[in-house]
Amino acid sequence: MYDPTVARLTYRALLGRRRALILGALPLLLIVISVAVRALTGADDQTASDVLGGFALATMVPIIGVIAGTGAIGPEIDDGSVVYLLSKPIKRPTIIFTKLIVAIAVTMVFSAVPTLVAGLILNGNGQQIAVAYTVAALVSSIAYSALFLLLGTVSRHAVVFGLVYALVWEALFGSLVPGARTLSVQQWSLAVAHKLAGGDLVTSDVGLPTATVLLVAVTVLATWYAGQKLRSLTLAGEE
Amino acid sequence: MSTLVIDHVSRWFGNVVAVNDITMTIGPGVTGLLGPNGAGKSTLINMMGGFLAPSTGTVTLDGQQVWRNEAIYRHIGIVPEREAMYDFLTGREFVVANAELHGLGEKAAQRALATVEMEYAQDRRIATYSKGMRQRVKMASALVHDPSLLLLDEPFNGMDPRQRMQLMDLLRRMGDEGRTVLFSSHILEEVEQLAWHIEVVVAGRHAASGDFRRIRRLMTDRPHRYLVRSSDDRALAAALIADPSTAGIEVDLAEGALRIQAVDFGRFTALLPKVARDHGIRLLTVSPSDESLESVFSYLVAA
Repeated sequence: MYDPTVARLTYRALLGRRRALILGALPLLLIVISVAVRALTGADDQTASDVLGGFALATMVPIIGVIAGTGAIGPEIDDGSVVYLLSKPIKRPTIIFTKLIVAIAVTMVFSAVPTLVAGLILNGNGQQIAVAYTVAALVSSIAYSALFLLLGTVSRHAVVFGLVYALVWEALFGSLVPGARTLSVQQWSLAVAHKLAGGDLVTSDVGLPTATVLLVAVTVLATWYAGQKLRSLTLAGEE
Repeated sequence: MSTLVIDHVSRWFGNVVAVNDITMTIGPGVTGLLGPNGAGKSTLINMMGGFLAPSTGTVTLDGQQVWRNEAIYRHIGIVPEREAMYDFLTGREFVVANAELHGLGEKAAQRALATVEMEYAQDRRIATYSKGMRQRVKMASALVHDPSLLLLDEPFNGMDPRQRMQLMDLLRRMGDEGRTVLFSSHILEEVEQLAWHIEVVVAGRHAASGDFRRIRRLMTDRPHRYLVRSSDDRALAAALIADPSTAGIEVDLAEGALRIQAVDFGRFTALLPKVARDHGIRLLTVSPSDESLESVFSYLVAA
């Protein structure tokens, strides 16, 4: 199910200079904000939760997910170099699964690790806030990676659609339309965070059982479907 | 020894028919797939390589379906037309990765790199390669598992004459070894120099098939059209029409020239200067007006 060569190629493509810079920019911004907030307002549980929930989980994780998830396969399909993977006796779902693992790992490293660091800076993990949001970031990394990997497989405009989903659906609609919040990876991962954090600092519109089922279902279905799409991927010629 | 069978294959994109009911069998040796740009060669090669489903018909390699059959790639090597190929890797890393994806190792990769004579630049990043070097590394990646069928889409595009000759030698050798080698090209001379067998595709249809001498004869036997200007067009026309090698002459007043249709190419080209000299007529312009490949192809389709 996992091919180390596919993984190596994917890592190297993902962590190429330009993309690595973009991947590193948001975590850096989070750390800078955390240091500034801590210096200006001191350690405060509510503030820590606001920063981690409002910026880290609502904005940074999905954007990193978009970059890593779509970037793990989209550019290869776009420029046609994916032909070197497809013309091998390797099951197409194996290619997808391997790329998913890489996308998850990259998303986790660039989103969950900085979330933990930011949480420690903001209030030293008081009320388990840092750990709760880190776990939420880890969980959502998996779902986002699967979702955006599928998007990268089926669409040439995956980054745009991904950003629209991440920013418009998750952030905007999520705060305006109550129904939209139930269908949001962010809310599902908040349900997990809610379980871990003390008090009512972290809240979610979705219960933990529902959230878990939806997270697993989205990840599995997206991965399976991406594998199917890759099996019948058509490479358009130059003509 | 492998045989690729294309059986009543059509492929359409929406309302556009790119490949129209083509049946051909590609056996061992070098086969050239010849056709003008946009004839459907790439579509056909994509279907042969399993990257495109035929709308109808089947493509099989030694009886096995090609479409949606990953295992078939143990026997197929593919050299795509597109340039993109993990430019951030070195040539060696790229070929090694291709070998690993076949379950092979460094040794197979080195052998393939030696075959295409790219060892000298194998540790440079692909991004720094010239077009010919890229083509050879692509070739190495396709040869790494010693395939019995090699598919190459426009392999000579953008290569300089020396690189072209090297690649031709290599493909000839592959054919001599009993591999089935199929390459596409829109340039007649390339195909003629290399292929033992030619398949001509025009506008999505299978126009001709056979060894290159037969196809060449079809191409040279067609009526040739010339535009001729001279010091005395009418006298020249009168003298030429008496010879059986000339089928028709039109005096084009607007152009101030003769439009001549010749049926016997060899005889006509010898006749024209002789007739002009005998009648004291000076030839000012002699230009073939239908030498474009497209017109050659359209003649073949009509034949």
